[in-house]
Amino acid sequence: MAHEILAATNAVVTLDVALPGIVWPWLVTVNMWAKSIGTGVIFMLFILLRMHPESAKNLRFPTAIVAFVFINIFLLFTLADLHQPFRMWHIFVYSNWTSAIAIGSFMASTFLGLLTFLGYLAYKKDYVTFDKILLWTTILAIPVTLYTAGLMAQCTARELWQMPTESAQMMLAALLSGSAFMILMGGNKLSGEAKNTLAVILGLSALMSFIIYMSEYIFGPMKAEEVAATLDYIKGHGQYSVMFWLGQWMAYLLPMLFIVLSRASKSESILKLAAILALVGLAIVKHVWLMIPQLLPMS
Amino acid sequence: MQLGFLVDLHLCMGCKGCEIACKVENEVPLSTWRLRVKYVDVGTFPETRRTFTPLRCNHCENAPCERICPVSALHYLDNGIVNIDKERCIGCAGCVMACPYGAIYIDPQTQTADKCTYCAHRVASSMMPACVVACPVQANIFGDLEDPTSNISKYIQINQGGVQVRKPEKGTNPHHFYVGGGNVTLNPLASQRMQGHNLFNNITTLPVGGHH
Repeated sequence: MAHEILAATNAVVTLDVALPGIVWPWLVTVNMWAKSIGTGVIFMLFILLRMHPESAKNLRFPTAIVAFVFINIFLLFTLADLHQPFRMWHIFVYSNWTSAIAIGSFMASTFLGLLTFLGYLAYKKDYVTFDKILLWTTILAIPVTLYTAGLMAQCTARELWQMPTESAQMMLAALLSGSAFMILMGGNKLSGEAKNTLAVILGLSALMSFIIYMSEYIFGPMKAEEVAATLDYIKGHGQYSVMFWLGQWMAYLLPMLFIVLSRASKSESILKLAAILALVGLAIVKHVWLMIPQLLPMS
Repeated sequence: MQLGFLVDLHLCMGCKGCEIACKVENEVPLSTWRLRVKYVDVGTFPETRRTFTPLRCNHCENAPCERICPVSALHYLDNGIVNIDKERCIGCAGCVMACPYGAIYIDPQTQTADKCTYCAHRVASSMMPACVVACPVQANIFGDLEDPTSNISKYIQINQGGVQVRKPEKGTNPHHFYVGGGNVTLNPLASQRMQGHNLFNNITTLPVGGHH
């Protein structure tokens, strides 16, 4: 609708203040990317222990450590993004329960506690307790993965970020990055069947994510003028067009292609290349999707 | 009591007196604004006209900023004002992102969120907000929306049908109204922001909070 108004009125802002630039910068991209890996590897360990227990039994300790490290990276970058980082404790004392940030902080902290405990149990080789705690950690990993989608959905007028699609994208990002990281980390510890399972998860999550992005790219502008205006930044000569398509190719299209090639040629190297591309590409995709709604003038 | 604001755009002449009064009263730092007046030129020369739109916090009944703030730094006062506690704010900028009106900024001096509070400190002393006092044409009308005898209630009654809010479709129920507004003045996507075409400068964006 705005496009028609622009054409009809030829309205131009002739005097106004400079608008704020990017509010949530690349630090938030790293935050989301690291969280995807941190929760994703837990999902993968849970799946592998049920489907390929012999192959995955030696992955308990390294997975707990990787998840612990990446969740700490996520929390560190969250903290670094605050303009008043030394007041972080206010979240736990003055919590506002309608805020996805407050709820997410509690869940992420509990998740980190469970990961620490898992690491301890794996170190002590108490695998029975480890597997019991892993179940609860995996269940908690779901809302920890999803709460950022809730946060984005609470950003009224950033219409590109819709809760149903963002929650699906967050979950798919966790599955994609978790399986990719597990392929790289598993190495020779994983059997061929286990690698196949991970490759299928990686390929399917890449496919689903790509379908959702393309659906939004094509059909989103038909629904809301904010979405149309936002997607202009990744269409044609838009500011983020190149980065958007680079991300789509690296995170989704090339990994899908390489997974098919690796299965056909039984090449582990090609599978690893797919995993690396998916991890790097995911960061680019997340960054573009975080930035473009922030370019839109709100007033 | 439910305090609200109404701006009669027929009367506003874009003098920016309200903008300056707000800056002075609230010691708003350089590069940030609680209230600003936007000029939009409409039409093609020689058939052109200039519109002026004062923009400030809408003090929504269903405020996204209040909902997203993790520490309740943004909170409602009994008189309906959406106030901010800068001592509690952690500077997550969630409110800046959530506000559909771009009314919240990060104060570069305190590194906390800040916005128009309808001059809550003045209202508490039974004074009018600074922008209301400064307006030479009484385009800013402030008062109790629940009191049918208040100026703002009477103005809304007289101008029924011509009273608008910004982005009503967002469901925020703003307590800030406009008379004489249109799509060009109230919808930011209905006018172009052409780089280098501002009257006094070509700076289009500023870093949030003075860094990043």
